[in-house]
Amino acid sequence: MSSTKNTSSQLRVGDNPWVKWLLIGLTLLLTAILLVVPLISIFQQAFMEGAAHYFSSLLEADTLHAIGLTLLVAALTVPINLVFGVMLAWAVTRFEFPGRKLLMTLMDIPFAVSPVVAGLLYLLLYGNNGWIGSWLYDHDIQLMFAWPGIVMVTIFVTCPFVARELIPLMQQQGREDEEAAVILGASGWQLFRRVTLPNIKWALIYGVILTNARAVGEFGAVSVVSGNIRGETNTLPLLVQAQYEDYQAAAAFASASLLALLALLTLLLKAFIEWRLERSMKLESDKEKKTTA
Amino acid sequence: MATHLSAADTRPRHKRVLPGLSLSLGTSLLFISLILLLPMAGLVMQSVDMGWDRYWQVITDERVVASYKVTLWAAALASIFNGFFGLLLAWVLVRYDFPGRRILDALVDLPFALPTAVAGITLATLYAQNGWYGEILESLGIKVAYTPWGIVLAMAFTSIPFVVRTVQPVLEELSPEEEEAGMTLGASDWSVFRRVIFPALWPALMTGIALSFTRSLGEFGAVIFIAGNMPYVSEITSLMIFVSLQEFDFPAASAIASVVLMASLILLFAINIWQARYLRRLHGRS
Amino acid sequence: MSILIENISKKFGHFQALSPLSLDINEGEMIGLLGPSGSGKTTLLRIIAGLEGADTGRIQFGDRDVTNLHVRDRRVGFVFQNYALFRHMTVADNVAFGLEVLPRKERPSATEIQKRVQHLLEMVQLEHLASRFPSQLSGGQKQRIALARALATQPEVLLLDEPFGALDAKVRKELRRWLRGLHDELGFTSVFVTHDQEEALELSDRVVVMSNGHIEQIDQPGALYASPNSRFVFDFLGNANVFEGKVANGKWHNQQASIVLPHSVIEQESTEQKDGQLYIRSHEFFVSKEPTAQANLPLRLIAINPIGAEVRLELTPIDWQSNDVWEIDLPHKAFDKNCFEKGQTLYVSPKAAYFFAHDAQQPVLLNWEASKV
Repeated sequence: MSSTKNTSSQLRVGDNPWVKWLLIGLTLLLTAILLVVPLISIFQQAFMEGAAHYFSSLLEADTLHAIGLTLLVAALTVPINLVFGVMLAWAVTRFEFPGRKLLMTLMDIPFAVSPVVAGLLYLLLYGNNGWIGSWLYDHDIQLMFAWPGIVMVTIFVTCPFVARELIPLMQQQGREDEEAAVILGASGWQLFRRVTLPNIKWALIYGVILTNARAVGEFGAVSVVSGNIRGETNTLPLLVQAQYEDYQAAAAFASASLLALLALLTLLLKAFIEWRLERSMKLESDKEKKTTA
Repeated sequence: MATHLSAADTRPRHKRVLPGLSLSLGTSLLFISLILLLPMAGLVMQSVDMGWDRYWQVITDERVVASYKVTLWAAALASIFNGFFGLLLAWVLVRYDFPGRRILDALVDLPFALPTAVAGITLATLYAQNGWYGEILESLGIKVAYTPWGIVLAMAFTSIPFVVRTVQPVLEELSPEEEEAGMTLGASDWSVFRRVIFPALWPALMTGIALSFTRSLGEFGAVIFIAGNMPYVSEITSLMIFVSLQEFDFPAASAIASVVLMASLILLFAINIWQARYLRRLHGRS
Repeated sequence: MSILIENISKKFGHFQALSPLSLDINEGEMIGLLGPSGSGKTTLLRIIAGLEGADTGRIQFGDRDVTNLHVRDRRVGFVFQNYALFRHMTVADNVAFGLEVLPRKERPSATEIQKRVQHLLEMVQLEHLASRFPSQLSGGQKQRIALARALATQPEVLLLDEPFGALDAKVRKELRRWLRGLHDELGFTSVFVTHDQEEALELSDRVVVMSNGHIEQIDQPGALYASPNSRFVFDFLGNANVFEGKVANGKWHNQQASIVLPHSVIEQESTEQKDGQLYIRSHEFFVSKEPTAQANLPLRLIAINPIGAEVRLELTPIDWQSNDVWEIDLPHKAFDKNCFEKGQTLYVSPKAAYFFAHDAQQPVLLNWEASKV
């Protein structure tokens, strides 16, 4: 119904080349100072004492153990939060019930809470003097200052990511597709696997990547409950801290460089998925436009 | 029958068609109760246990109060800085095409992807007296590392993406027609920005700043390395909790944590309510 | 203010949105740009406003050359298709905007602005909505506010992009009449874009029919209807049935069907006796249950739709070719007299038609009734 329009020749505010290049220049300068140089300096510091030193510090037993523990934490956290995120997103976008908005706000709490407070919450509850902790202590189960505690707080701090990515998308897509599938006789699981999942696939992967990045890198909450036992309850970020405070700067930055690489990989994957997600969102809104036109 | 009703885009309040309400809602509620509400209840119990006098004494301790001030000021400055920088970034990313735009767009999320401890030691090293930036600043007579300014810097770094990512989509969706309408009515670029574009971005910008502020209040990993952690000067509240814990003073840690928790919850609810209200005004009934 | 458009052209990438075209608009005129989507009508409107730059050509308002003038300095009123009201401002603030952004020297005082806004809102009969927000208005109300906002700075040129496109039929009619009244009262020059022929014909002093970036025809509504000068205009102005015929023995033939050439053509001997298409408007027919001496066009009646004062018959050809379903309008009287029923075979004869010979751009008007007399 509207005639051909082309954005490239349209007049827009701020198109004056002086304004444009001034703003771009300022942005690039600030980004370089605030983001790019720090990123580069991680690797520069890591290789400060040469490549041999870099690799030997990565191959130390403590480092290898920290890598293993970090991977374990991520491997346990991600699937749990994936299931929870999908369940929550399904409940709040496909049904109306009292307290729906409240539930969505509650889900945001881990984002708002200081990680140290998060760690403390778990320590109070499951620590040896805590409500549940004292009972566990009597039964010889140790959660805090051990890897289960680390996993628990990591689940806490990363639980909103998946749901947060899914909810806007599922809200936008509406429930018509699924309703159509129900009318066609699909069972609950068929419905989810064949109709919902293909639609939310990229948002789901996106949520997983964010969950993973945060799970691997969480520091504050983990440092409260880990007890900081080198070679036992140190995750990679905690090891970075320990090495840094021991004046082993090169080793600290070597460990940090692994985390930085993972961060870069996350950004890369994220950019790729965003591009896919944009496409599926666009298809969706085009579809919507067509039906309303 | 179901499709008829939903085609009218009103949420049908009749019998549910889709399966899985009890499963999904049940799991979600159980999970939230176990992961979130139970530990929070634990904190409340712990704080109640200690008695009002002791509680009040802990949370109004001079050193703790100093830490509130430092944290609030630093978070405020960091989020205001991010308001400007984030708006600039969002504008440049949405409005202009230039080589490297996609890389810049990806790079914006670095502070979220980079573990805070890594950010902390990196910033501390860069801004230390013999670091790349520290040397330059030193020659200008400015000290950042191990001062409250270091706290502002670390908070600003870790919360850069918030404003960008809240403003960006709004800016993208802004219809060019409102801008054009402004121009046909004779307004200059600056007036159109100030009177048409900026008011449309304002709620998103405020939300971004508020999120950035909330995150900064709780930031720990990035801050402690660069703050210097001098009592009364550059100690943040999260650190006060951590210190109490290391002294095994659980009640004190809980008391301070309850203050922090309350502040973040109030902020979170305020942001959500404010957002909902603003959306309703713009789009009619939400 | 008169508008002179000279050799304006525009390309979007490889797409020629406007081929060089010229158009002269008189002071106080109301011009409708009519065409299907993609015909370049909106682009032309945006170029007149200055929202889009032309690749070639010149635009003049009165004797002022505005070709390189920024949109904000052209001082035109522009009404957008979706109104583009500022969502965060009240109705009154929307209307006041154009006055408030005037340079300080020209800007009226705050009380003066308030008075002008009040006056404009009275003019569009919505003064009671001054403190509402756009999201609380109906489509028709938004449209009026958009108009009031565009008129606030007293522009001498008013441009409207599909002004009634998003409104329902009843509101559309009402607003159309109202806009015409406003135009006549205030005397500005207006150009509006539409794809609705009825709207263009009813509202404009002259209609500019566009297709594929060209101007097909510029004429007053009556003249445009009476003498369309191309197949496109004929098609677009609607409700014509097309008969593709080959000439033989004084008739146009299409398989089993045939139409006798009118006397005027037969008298001209070879000059007009060509193969070609007959465009016959839906109400220019005589319908019977038997073939007539003048035509043998058998059709099957597939639908009967009463529409207002007439009954529309939908028919499909029997043993001859036509791309579309034929639509024929009959007065109720004629329909009732004949008691036609669905499924019947009917024969139709044209009373008048426009003939496009295969090698001609311009049509010839044919008339059978005149020859009978």
